Amino acid sequence: MRHNSRTVLPGFGLSLGITCTYLSLLVLIPLATVFTKTAELSGPAFWATVTDPRVVASYRVTFGASFVAALVNTVFGLLVAWVLVRYRFPGRRLVDAMVDLPFALPTAVAGIALTTLYVPNGWVGGYLEPLGIQVSYTWIGITVALIFIGLPFVVRTVQPVLDDLEVEVEEAAASLGARRWQTFTRVVFPTVAPALLTGFAMAFARAIGEYGSVVFISGNMPMKTEIVPLLIITKLEQYDYAGATAVALVMLVVSFLLLLTINLLQWVARRRLAV
Amino acid sequence: MRGIPTTMRNRLLASGALIATLAAATADAAAQGAPKPVNLLNVSYDPTRELYEELNHEFIRYWKGKTGQDVRIRQSHGGSGKQGRSVIDGLQADVVTLAVAYDIDQIAEKGRLIAADWQGRLADNSSPYTSTIVLLVRKGNPKGIKDWGDLVKPGVSVITPNPKTSGGARWNYLAAWAWALRQPGGNDATAKAFVARLYKNVPVLDAGARGSTTTFVERGIGDVLLAWENEALLAIKEMGPGKLEIVAPSVSILAEPPVSVVDRVARKRGTQPVAEAYLRYLYTEVGQEIAAKNFYRPRLASVAAKYESQFPKLTLVTVDGVFGGWRKAQAAHFADGASFDQIYQPGR
Amino acid sequence: MTTAAVFRSATAAPRAVTRATGESRVVRWLLISIALVFLALVLLLPLVLVFNQAFAKGLPAYWDAIVQPDALSAAKLTLLTAAIAVPANLLFGVAAAWCVTKFEFRGKSVLITLIDLPFAVSPVISGMIFVLLFGAQGWLGDWLFEHDIRIIFAVPGIVLATTFVTAPFVARELIPLMQEQGSEEEEAAIVLGASGWQTFFRVTLPNIKWGLLYGLILCNARAMGEFGAVSVVSGHIRGETNTLPLHVEILYNEYAFAASFAVASVLTLLALVTLALKTLVEKRMAS
Repeated sequence: MRHNSRTVLPGFGLSLGITCTYLSLLVLIPLATVFTKTAELSGPAFWATVTDPRVVASYRVTFGASFVAALVNTVFGLLVAWVLVRYRFPGRRLVDAMVDLPFALPTAVAGIALTTLYVPNGWVGGYLEPLGIQVSYTWIGITVALIFIGLPFVVRTVQPVLDDLEVEVEEAAASLGARRWQTFTRVVFPTVAPALLTGFAMAFARAIGEYGSVVFISGNMPMKTEIVPLLIITKLEQYDYAGATAVALVMLVVSFLLLLTINLLQWVARRRLAV
Repeated sequence: MRGIPTTMRNRLLASGALIATLAAATADAAAQGAPKPVNLLNVSYDPTRELYEELNHEFIRYWKGKTGQDVRIRQSHGGSGKQGRSVIDGLQADVVTLAVAYDIDQIAEKGRLIAADWQGRLADNSSPYTSTIVLLVRKGNPKGIKDWGDLVKPGVSVITPNPKTSGGARWNYLAAWAWALRQPGGNDATAKAFVARLYKNVPVLDAGARGSTTTFVERGIGDVLLAWENEALLAIKEMGPGKLEIVAPSVSILAEPPVSVVDRVARKRGTQPVAEAYLRYLYTEVGQEIAAKNFYRPRLASVAAKYESQFPKLTLVTVDGVFGGWRKAQAAHFADGASFDQIYQPGR
Repeated sequence: MTTAAVFRSATAAPRAVTRATGESRVVRWLLISIALVFLALVLLLPLVLVFNQAFAKGLPAYWDAIVQPDALSAAKLTLLTAAIAVPANLLFGVAAAWCVTKFEFRGKSVLITLIDLPFAVSPVISGMIFVLLFGAQGWLGDWLFEHDIRIIFAVPGIVLATTFVTAPFVARELIPLMQEQGSEEEEAAIVLGASGWQTFFRVTLPNIKWGLLYGLILCNARAMGEFGAVSVVSGHIRGETNTLPLHVEILYNEYAFAASFAVASVLTLLALVTLALKTLVEKRMAS
């Protein structure tokens, strides 16, 4: 590989060499095992494995809960970002710093803390139990954990866009007689929409692979509350390597497509901002 | 306990072999001066944490006294199937002490790490202690649970782990199945229907027995826990009396958790003598006493008699008697697409 | 590639909002209240609970749980893992950012996507691939057994899985930063006769040091906290292959709730320190 030699800077070979070697040894070769192991299955056997009712049910749980969690995060993430950027109130900086807690807190800690909160004899679960709402060991519990994990993605994607938003545009809209709500829906919202969508996609992408924070609260019932990562582990623990890698392959493909979508969305968002 | 002659013979066999091992080891030690310290890794199933913590402590003292050698014993615990898989995948256990023989068979077969005839190498099918499955309910037994049949009543919530990864859960499953077979008109079809109804009442499937106990005891989920007898007794001890009660079902299953040296690893690491002595120590009076204190049913008649009062009296069936051995039971019930998968997938 | 911006919080103070574009007082406080209640429920409550549970059995029990030998050895392993994974990813991150931002070449966008790839992979899969590669049944299993090299269910496996999971942190922080800064300063230095290394250490490094630090902080937090991937490769040998997050899980499964939350509280403190450092570095970067 040669670079177009416009620059006088040295180190192309060295840095590219390190990068490619590192990526190959650490990432690509290990990931290739998923493909080679899956290849031990015949086409029909692969299809039967990844469309097995229990596996399909786990897709439904994982994608469903991730979708709802990302949606909740989109709504509240926009609200939090808006409040943090637009308003002054005591403790704003502290709140701002705290938004990143889910990035910094180990997922296992989040998992046991959320479970302890939402079990029927827990702080929050105790109030929900009389209302007939059970959170832990249900689909709702999984969603709660995923909301926790995904929140910073939306806030941190939307925040800089809101920050850059010209107040003058809003003022113009207002002076033209637009009501505040109209200004928001017609001017502000369209501007942040791409960032919001990116944040949604990131929260969703993170949620579908999440394991540590979910596994404690989910209950792990096949067909009902079994998430895909847990199903992969279960298959692995039953000596079903090919089955585990087949399901893993499906997840890898989905994740990779999401990654591409996110990069595309960001590209669109940046173009929109540049114009 | 009726089988005193067998037990006696086994004990003699065990202690004879033990003495021989020790003599060899001591001679070795004397010849070479102070022996090098040695590390053992015991890969075990979920509820044995307390048992082996105590046993290791005693064994280390005992071994040091006999041979002058320091042993360091490491433990790894988890669902039995999962632990077996880890050993197959390269977790270098010197000994395995698992919940079901099938999991050690797998290590022998798929991992080629243990001789195929491992189960005949130690007394009592290589199971130095036994246990069974009981029903653990909350104080006062509010749902009035007396036997397996009560578990399928509407509104009864049952906690049991996932048979795919947990050994205890497989014993639970087979015990329920065995009970259903013994009911009037019972056959495989009615048993399967019964177990399917039972699992409809299960709200949480943890990966291992310990996780289920936590769910039931600490989290307050469910009306009844299908538990190892030792785990149920331990939970009562931990929680203090009066919070939980054991219900002895009319029929349960004789659970024989087996132990084995992992030959290929022990040979390579040179830990065979100490690993063998460690397992044989389980059969000694001290070892049996520790097992009984941790609520496992001892094999040794004298210790069994001493602790008789702590175990409920039960009619116990065996896997060999009802299911034709572990391999058959595994294939019929827990393999991919077998009965457990079927009851969860009505469409197939 | 502006993903790095995702992690950064707004540091600018809210602008003065004119009446025409501001909400009425009632609406404003309503919105603030909803946001704060939501954050309190989602973020603050779990945090408070961790410390509450940790001290449930009193200070002596808390201290015992933390200085217990298995906990200390877990802490040591966690530190060791981070001490290997973080510098490795630092080297990789700088090299990757240098070649991606200073040069134009074919396949660059593919390379950037590959750098990001570990973030898109479920932690469970990240652990599994090393079992498939180094497990006794894996590609290299027999050879490793014969040569007595232990990788999975031992420290190297834990380090590998952690390094995999945290690989993109430094790179994805540096790439947008160095792209923004351009190459003029470095080119000037080279033209004036500086060597490549001199240019890097005297020109580039001072420009990117805060971004670099920022990436390292995030990388370290994740390396110390990783659960899923490490859980798959650990083997859970007490006092040997348990990291702090795994130790939390083990205690949790042993009726030792207070002890479990005590260890969890140490990790939580670590997270709070991470957040504080991060906020400090952000301030430096903004100024």
